[in-house]
Amino acid sequence: MVTTVFFFLFAGLAIASAISLVYHKNPLYSAVSLIGVFIALACIYITLAAPFIAAVQILVYAGAIMVLVVFVIMLLNLEDDNALNRLKYLYFVGGGLGLILLVQTFFVFYAVMRAPKQTVNQNETVGKTLNIGASMYTEYLLPVEIVGVLLLMAIIGGVIMVRRLSEGNNLRQVSVETGNVGDTGKVESDLKKAER
Amino acid sequence: MDQVIKTAFPILVISIGILLAFQGVLMIVAYTVLGERKILGWIQGRIGPNRVGPWGVLQPFADLFKFIFKEDLVPDKSTKFIYFLAPLVALTAAILPIVVYPFGPAITTVDWSFLPFNLGEGITRLPLTIAQIDVGVLFVLAITSVGVYGIALAGWSSNSKYSLMGGLRSSAQMISYELAMGASVIGVVMLAGTLDLNGIIAAQINSPFRWYIIPQFIGFIVFLIAAFAETNRVPFDLPEAETELVAGFHTEYSALKFALFFMAEYVNMFTVSVMCTVLFLGGWYIPGLDYIARTVGLQDWFGSGTPLYALISHIGFLLKIFGFLFFYIWVRGTLPRFRFDQLMNFGWKFLLPLALANVILTIIIVYFLNS
Repeated sequence: MVTTVFFFLFAGLAIASAISLVYHKNPLYSAVSLIGVFIALACIYITLAAPFIAAVQILVYAGAIMVLVVFVIMLLNLEDDNALNRLKYLYFVGGGLGLILLVQTFFVFYAVMRAPKQTVNQNETVGKTLNIGASMYTEYLLPVEIVGVLLLMAIIGGVIMVRRLSEGNNLRQVSVETGNVGDTGKVESDLKKAER
Repeated sequence: MDQVIKTAFPILVISIGILLAFQGVLMIVAYTVLGERKILGWIQGRIGPNRVGPWGVLQPFADLFKFIFKEDLVPDKSTKFIYFLAPLVALTAAILPIVVYPFGPAITTVDWSFLPFNLGEGITRLPLTIAQIDVGVLFVLAITSVGVYGIALAGWSSNSKYSLMGGLRSSAQMISYELAMGASVIGVVMLAGTLDLNGIIAAQINSPFRWYIIPQFIGFIVFLIAAFAETNRVPFDLPEAETELVAGFHTEYSALKFALFFMAEYVNMFTVSVMCTVLFLGGWYIPGLDYIARTVGLQDWFGSGTPLYALISHIGFLLKIFGFLFFYIWVRGTLPRFRFDQLMNFGWKFLLPLALANVILTIIIVYFLNS
């Protein structure tokens, strides 16, 4: 009973945030809405007795990835009146993908309706940290290692790309060597532009 | 009627617990501000606030009333919604971790017979934690990481260059030091084998050293330094460097909205002090207290699980936290401020490698201990 109330509360919050994410023209509003979606999802995970996934969802998505997104938006300092006339053809691609997603949703709904009903038990141990860790490093060891290698490759790729960009560019070099000095320099120039 | 009381009573007890916990923490935070001003005064050869009440003990309330009745200015070209949202995010993220703090040991010998109504079996075990969740450490780290948004959004929405620079600096700093902080916690989690804060304390009590500060000394140092940076305190208070940035991200905030940021900063100080205490100093555990109770033969009075034992342990817990808070203030009165590139170099090139080395060292030790 209480679980149902919480589910509809958080699911409503997630959907409202998602609509606001698509609706807003200002990218920062969209980013904040996306954070709302992540937090609402994390709350739903908690009601499903999976606290570890919930904590990681907030820690990784809301706490780390979205911070970088917000950072980039703040640094670029986009104007509200950016014309959105480009990329018209993406409407069709987006519509097609949306249709596929809708069909998937109906399929999942159908599958869930067919499955035997089961109430959530908060004493269930499947979602607990110990069980997740144990199954990750025994049963699913190969997928974990593949994902690990993939992430390592992404990190190395990022470093190499920054190195290549920095050649012959003094400002960028500073930003590589001493943290964020180059970036803050960019903010200053942006601010000067805005003042003019 | 009996049934109603039986179901309503635990909810009532928990509600009172939540009220006490939140009010208590906020009062401690209010008096931390006063303590900071007093101690800084003594360090600098001044008296500190001494006009409101004896020794200035009513100063926090005077400050609060001042904040409430000041004019609430909003910059003309600010992004209004986010400008209003930012302080709320900052304070909510700061205050939410209170729900998992282990304030003391569970009281196992609760006697409700003094109540005028019959509770039957009732609740005989009273944990001094609001919610004992499986992933306490991750919960605290996750919620405090959301606090970055309060600062970043405040800096962006104020539409002022000082605010923007302060917000950017602050979020860059918090992201950088969060890594070192998380890595320093891993050692403790590996030794304890659990992410539950109460479980970590229990593991420390059963370990040969009693406090994890001894086997995890490197982790403790890294955590302490990262905690200073996470809470934007001296010597890492770059976001608020007055000579460069006026007041950093909250330059444009006034009245109660500024008070929310101010409170959030001090609640964050309290949070990292609690985490430091729980992870490295055994939380509420006072070594030898239950041993004394057993040898003296007064186990019914203050043996493990009794209310008096819980009270003494709780006071010990608070004293450890006050020690950390004092250390914060002491450092503020002593050290100068880092430069921004020094801060970034220190975080990425010294603190993070040190924390990772500690993790690897702990892995090796735990492996050989278990085999």
